[in-house]
Amino acid sequence: MHAIVCLKQVPDTAELPKVEPADVMQGTLKVTRVVNPWDEYAIEEALRLKEAHGGKVTALTLGPAEATEALRAAVAMGSDEAVLLSDPAFGDGDAWTIGYTLAQAIRQIGQYDLVLCGKETVDGNSGLTAATTARYLSIPLLTCVIKIREVDFTAHTITVERLVEEGLEVVSAPLPAVVAVIKGINEPRYPSFRGIRTAARMAIPVWGMGDIAGLEADKASEAAAAVRWTNIRKPPARAAQCEIIEADTVEEQARILADRLLAAKVI
Amino acid sequence: MDFTLSPEHEMIRKTVRDFAEREIRPVIKELDRQHTFDRSLLPKMAAIGLLGICIPVRYGGAGMDYLSLALACEELERVDTSARVIMSVHVGLNSLALFQWGTEAQKQRYLVPQARGEQIAAFGLTEPGAGSDVAALTATARREGDHYVLNGEKMWISLAGVADNFLFFAKTDPRAQPPHRGISAFIVERRFPGVTTGSIHGKLGVRAGDTGWIHCQDVRVPAENLLGREGEGFKIAMSALDNGRYTVAAGAVGLIRACLEASLYYARQRQTFGVEIGRHQLIKRMIGLMVQREQAARLLVYRAGWMKNQGLRNTRETSLAKWYACDAAFESASDALQIHGAYGYSDEYDVERYLRNARGAIIYEGTREVHLLMQADYALGYRSDAPLRCELPAYDADIWQAEANNW
Ligand SMILES: Cc1cc2nc3c(=O)[nH]c(=O)nc-3n(C[C@H](O)[C@H](O)[C@H](O)COP(=O)(O)OP(=O)(O)OC[C@H]3O[C@@H](n4cnc5c(N)ncnc54)[C@H](O)[C@@H]3O)c2cc1C
Repeated sequence: MHAIVCLKQVPDTAELPKVEPADVMQGTLKVTRVVNPWDEYAIEEALRLKEAHGGKVTALTLGPAEATEALRAAVAMGSDEAVLLSDPAFGDGDAWTIGYTLAQAIRQIGQYDLVLCGKETVDGNSGLTAATTARYLSIPLLTCVIKIREVDFTAHTITVERLVEEGLEVVSAPLPAVVAVIKGINEPRYPSFRGIRTAARMAIPVWGMGDIAGLEADKASEAAAAVRWTNIRKPPARAAQCEIIEADTVEEQARILADRLLAAKVI
Repeated sequence: MDFTLSPEHEMIRKTVRDFAEREIRPVIKELDRQHTFDRSLLPKMAAIGLLGICIPVRYGGAGMDYLSLALACEELERVDTSARVIMSVHVGLNSLALFQWGTEAQKQRYLVPQARGEQIAAFGLTEPGAGSDVAALTATARREGDHYVLNGEKMWISLAGVADNFLFFAKTDPRAQPPHRGISAFIVERRFPGVTTGSIHGKLGVRAGDTGWIHCQDVRVPAENLLGREGEGFKIAMSALDNGRYTVAAGAVGLIRACLEASLYYARQRQTFGVEIGRHQLIKRMIGLMVQREQAARLLVYRAGWMKNQGLRNTRETSLAKWYACDAAFESASDALQIHGAYGYSDEYDVERYLRNARGAIIYEGTREVHLLMQADYALGYRSDAPLRCELPAYDADIWQAEANNW
């Protein structure tokens, strides 16, 4: 089994109030960077598949040099290998250029059964990269996955549960496939100190434009992006009021809450 | 001189911080209110390697250095003292003493399961009638064939109700002169017949921690469980305290950090007389002092950790770090409470817990007075440290991290 996890380094959402639009425009965020929380679920799911079926997990990211820290975090959790795609020419791509670049890199990594990623990132929030990557790899895409029910690496099939608005949908697909997971699929583990040791020492390869076979610069570079960020603003602060419902029992609290919601015509 | 932490250290800090935020922060207020020790924390700490963080891989540990131990303690106590206390007694006072003084057989038998977190360890030195004056302890160990028979009571022992193994200090020669030469150290298992323990209630702080007593009534301990030699117990206890105090000092840095974070947040939220209270000079004074104390304490702790990594004797430096950091933590908690006004006086906010928790560390692992006297005695030339028969091994990444079969 070989699972490739696509992950992104993002600002820690706890520090979002510190983020200034000008810093976003200039790409000079002064915040702590972490692995995109949804991608942590993808890493955990890949590690569980490895524990159940044997094989290996490769972490893959596209980003600046600092993004190796996100890859090290994935290795510290238990990923076996990691690759950083980094080149000034990639610039600020969009879901198409990034999906294209990831797909080409995945082809170069070689044989794989599964590409796992998070539902979306907490900074861009487009949720499109899984789709574009699957499209460029010409393999099935399974989104909103809350549970992997069954994987058969000999018959090359996967069955998952998707959490959709109408309820749970059970879908099967041939492998390889791109699987985008959501919160609730698992509880990501902490890095172990042994993992941290391995991660700190690992020499993580960096692939630029010229290092990925068959990569066409005019599809991977910032210039090819169809989406431009021209004007970034902070939404005006909302004046919200918080009320804590106090009562002797949980049942009583729930009753008051339900009454309040009915009165406000929310339910 | 190099003040930078390695990427490995940074990852350890982040991991322990996340761990404390996710596993301890959400439940700590209630545990503290209910005076409850959360046993379920131990296997979680074991799973990431915390319980053997600076023990070589060959002995079941994670193979990190002594500085990593400090970082872990700092991050744990940033959330609550009780979690750091686990590190202090299980790793600092007990496991590192086995690592320093134990025979290979003792290390295999006790250190390995402790470093893996399969067994929990505590440190029994203090007695109802003997705290600072260690040589006055009255527990006895009488040799009978291939056993020692232990009798006596230990008091104020952290994890007394939880631990599987205890380091138990008793007099093999109650008539020795000077008296401290009569003390020996024993590895006592909870399951040995005659061992009973209990918890102490009504503590001012560390309420989510377990503190209790251990009673030994004619407990037969195999002679091979003597740690070090007969009469070496005092030196073993003092060298163990060099490591325990180090973890306490590191934890105190985390507690100061917690006070500072809470104070910075509150000082920018709360308004009086038309401005954020942070704008008032007297509030700034308390914030400025907290910054000063945090940085100074951290540097003292890191120096002690650096010395441990180098294999240098650090009794003097560790004592200074412990003394300064613990006093500084208490002052900072008191200031943090002051900044919070009446709200700080309520357990809705964390600072009152910080204050109660910080107080204990001025008593345990050497009272403030003991450390002050030690520092004066070193300075005056009345005190110096003779080399030990077994020194704490210097850190060597290759040896520490080699797997068992490669040795
Ligand atoms: C929460 C907690 C956890 C603890 N955990 C452990 C543990 O795990 N294992 C363990 O063995 N012990 C533990 N202890 C005990 C602790 O180490 C002792 O309380 C400490 O050593 C002080 O001893 P004492 O309380 O007997 O005070 P005493 O030694 O009786 O001191 C009383 C006062 O006299 C002062 N004093 C004593 N001698 C002098 C002197 N020569 N000159 C000037 N002043 C002096 C002291 O500073 C203190 O102010 C713990 C204590 C607490 C509160």
